[in-house]
This record gives sequence, structure tokens and C-alpha cells, in this order.
Amino acid sequence: MLRLSIPLRQALARLTLPVMVAAAFATMLLGKADALLAERARTALADALAPIWAAVAEPLRAARDAAEEARTLVALRAENARLREENERLRRWQAAAHALEAENALLRRQLDFIPDPAPRFVTARVVADGGGVYARAVLLALHPSHDIRKGQVALDERGFVGRVTEVGARSARVLLATDINSRIPVALEGSRARALMIGTNGPRPRLAYWPEGTRPAEGERLVTSAEGNLFPGGLPVGVVRWSASGAPEVELFARLDRLDLVRLFDFGPDGILPPEAVARPAPRRGGGTAAMARR
Amino acid sequence: MTGRGATPPRPAPPGRKASPPGLLQRLDSFGRASLPGLAAAGLMVLAAAPAGPPGVVAAIGLPAVFFWSVHRPAAMSSPVVFALGLLQDLLGLAPLGAGVLTLLAVHGAAVRWRRPIARQSFPVAWILYCVTAGAAAALGWVLQLLLTLRVPALAPAWHLFLLSAGLYPLLAWPMARLLRVVSRAEEEAA
Repeated sequence: MLRLSIPLRQALARLTLPVMVAAAFATMLLGKADALLAERARTALADALAPIWAAVAEPLRAARDAAEEARTLVALRAENARLREENERLRRWQAAAHALEAENALLRRQLDFIPDPAPRFVTARVVADGGGVYARAVLLALHPSHDIRKGQVALDERGFVGRVTEVGARSARVLLATDINSRIPVALEGSRARALMIGTNGPRPRLAYWPEGTRPAEGERLVTSAEGNLFPGGLPVGVVRWSASGAPEVELFARLDRLDLVRLFDFGPDGILPPEAVARPAPRRGGGTAAMARR
Repeated sequence: MTGRGATPPRPAPPGRKASPPGLLQRLDSFGRASLPGLAAAGLMVLAAAPAGPPGVVAAIGLPAVFFWSVHRPAAMSSPVVFALGLLQDLLGLAPLGAGVLTLLAVHGAAVRWRRPIARQSFPVAWILYCVTAGAAAALGWVLQLLLTLRVPALAPAWHLFLLSAGLYPLLAWPMARLLRVVSRAEEEAA
């Protein structure tokens, strides 16, 4: 240790504060002159202290979690009351649903209504579009042991896509609803009026042959019609849109331009045309199609 | 407590040469001398943890510097104050040097009037501290104005003043306990 005389030491002690103040000003100048230096120093310090903070953060988080838990416990009462009230309301709805269900069952019994069997379906991947004799058709890849038949209905996750027209060992072709050869019997959901959806090769099929007096309303939902026993009724198809030229068109729910997976529903064999008739439609006056030829 | 915090070299008892201080003894005195600064630095680091509330770092440094400068200037010498200020500036985002100068100013003022302040009761000391903290917050604001050449918001300075004024009793109590423990240990050693 350096031995200094007491007066010298006292003088030094008196001097340290001014020296330190000068050093503070120097620090300021340094920080002002080289902003990057301060930034680097801050980063180095933070790097050095990060482990400490990480260690401190654990108990802090535990404390905060405990506080949060306590708050939740306090709020539990209000939450409980709210849930009880909601439960009460839902119970009322449940009662209403049960009543409606019972009434429905009763009405069905009186009507001798035979409920539809739950349809089986197979999901298939779309591997190609176009090709074949149709302008708007897609090709599906199938497992060799499939039991897909012509006439089955294809839907994507949103709605009606088309019908199976050709079936091979490992593939099947689906004629889309937009193809010019497509004729789909539909029903207007609001008025239950029947109509025919006719493909145009464009994105929106036309709507035709609706009954006199029930004009399809803009935005009305269309579902498949069970008429002719071609389709089960009630599959979602699209909504009515009146074109600029004043013709009713159908905006399909299905996204036909980006099909990747479709579900092929087996709604039972009856009502489907014999395969030959679909493949080679019998010529009719005015250009028959598969669907029309059936009539 | 003697006038200066560092124990003055005791006169050797007559007739016997004073034995040079042993290693343990020296470590002991070094620990006592560095404890306040280290404790303040540790608290500041903990307060700067990202989970903590903002603005606490400066509000912790100020009471520590004030208290130790008044009651034990040897433990809170100006280099230690400088280091604490630098740490504060680096932990915070203030321009480098502003916190250093502020803390040095507080230290200088506290050392200059330490005898009158140390004689006061705690509430009066607190009020005096509040005055110092207000002046320090104002000085910090002015320094920031000069260093960034922009008018900084008044809210952070006001926030710092209120926070450090409120934190002072909380910090002064453990520091007073520490001071008493250290003084007693020193008396026993002496």
C-alpha cells in the first residue's frame, strides 16, 4: 500500500470529486461523439447481466402467476354466477330443442316419412382438370378397390361440384356443374320452386325453367332437388345472381377453380341412368343431355 | 462514528509496534467499505430486469447515493458514485453521462451538508432528500435537453422524482440497519 502523508491524502480526497465530474463530462462528450460506443457498451452490459435476469425472472414469473391465480379465484364467484345464468338459458334452449325434436318425430310418424339413410361417401383427390369430351371436368385418382359408380354426386367442402360420368379402374371423371352439358335439377330454397341449372362453360351456370310466377330472387339459396330421384334433395348448390343482362345465374358454393379433394356420395342406385345412356346420350330434339334424356 | 468513514490509522500503543493488518482483517474492511456500492449496484441490476417496472433504476441509485454520502462517505466515494452513474446510464436509455453527473452532483451536495443532514430526524431527512431528488430530476432533465438538443417530456422526470421520493423510506430502512451493523462491527474490530 502506498504510504502518503495525511495532508496529501486529504488533498487527493478533495480532488476526486472534481476529477470525477470532469470524467462525467468526458463521458458525455464520448457518448455524444460516438453513439455507437454507448450502444456497444449497453449491449455488452446486457449480455453480461442476462443470466442474472434470467435467474431472477423465474421467481418473478412464479409470483406473477400466483397473483394471477389469486385474481382468478376472486373472479371465480362472478364467473360462476355468469355460467349458472348461461346454463339456465341453455337449458331453456335445450328444452325447446327437445320439444321441437319430439314434435318433429310426431309429425314424421303421422306422415309415414321414411328418413334418408346416411349417405356413404368416398373422398378422392383431384389430379387433373380438363381433358376428355367435356370442357369442364376433373379427373379423380381412386384406389383400385373402389366402388364408385357413374352418376354419383361429387361435393367439395362447400357444396355441389358435379356428377361422376366415367369410371375407370383407378380414376373417375366428374362432370362439373359449369360444363355446357350439365343439367342439374335444383330447388329454390325459399319458395321450393323447381328449376334447372344449365352449365355454360363459364363460371356461372344459368338458371332456367322455373315455374311461372316465382321469379328467383337475387341472393336466394339453391339446393338440389330430389325430383326425378337423380339426387337427394337439399344439397347446397349456390345462390341466385341476376346478371347485368337480366338473366338469372347461379354463383356456386363450390370453388370449382381450385378443387383439390372432392367427396363422392353414394345416395343409392335408383334414379341413375344406365351407364350407356350417360356415355352416349340419345339424341333428342333440341340437344339432349344426360340429365334431360332421363326425363 | 468518526468524522471520516475510513478508520484513521490508529496510533500505535506505546511500547509496542502495531502489527500490520492481516489478510482477513483487510478483506473484512474492504467488504465493509464496498458493501453499500455493491448493494446499490445489485439492486439497480435487479430493478433493470426486463420484467420489472420501468424507471426504477435511477430511483434506486439516487437514495443509495444520498444516504451513504451523508452517513458514510468513505463507502460511497466519488469513483463509486461515478461507477453507479455509469451503470445507471448503461442500464437505462438516457444519454451517456447524464446520470453520472446527476449522481455526482447529489453526492457532492450530500457530502457538503452531511453534518446538518445527519443530525436531522428521519422525516426531515426525507424532506431534504425530496428536495435533492427534485433538483436531481430537474438537472437530469436539463442534461437530457442539452445532450439530445430536443425538449424531453416532463413526465419521466416527474415520475423519477415521485418514485425515488417514495422509495427512499423503503430503501433507507435496510440501509440504516446495514449502517448500524457495519458500525458495530467496526467498533468491535477497533
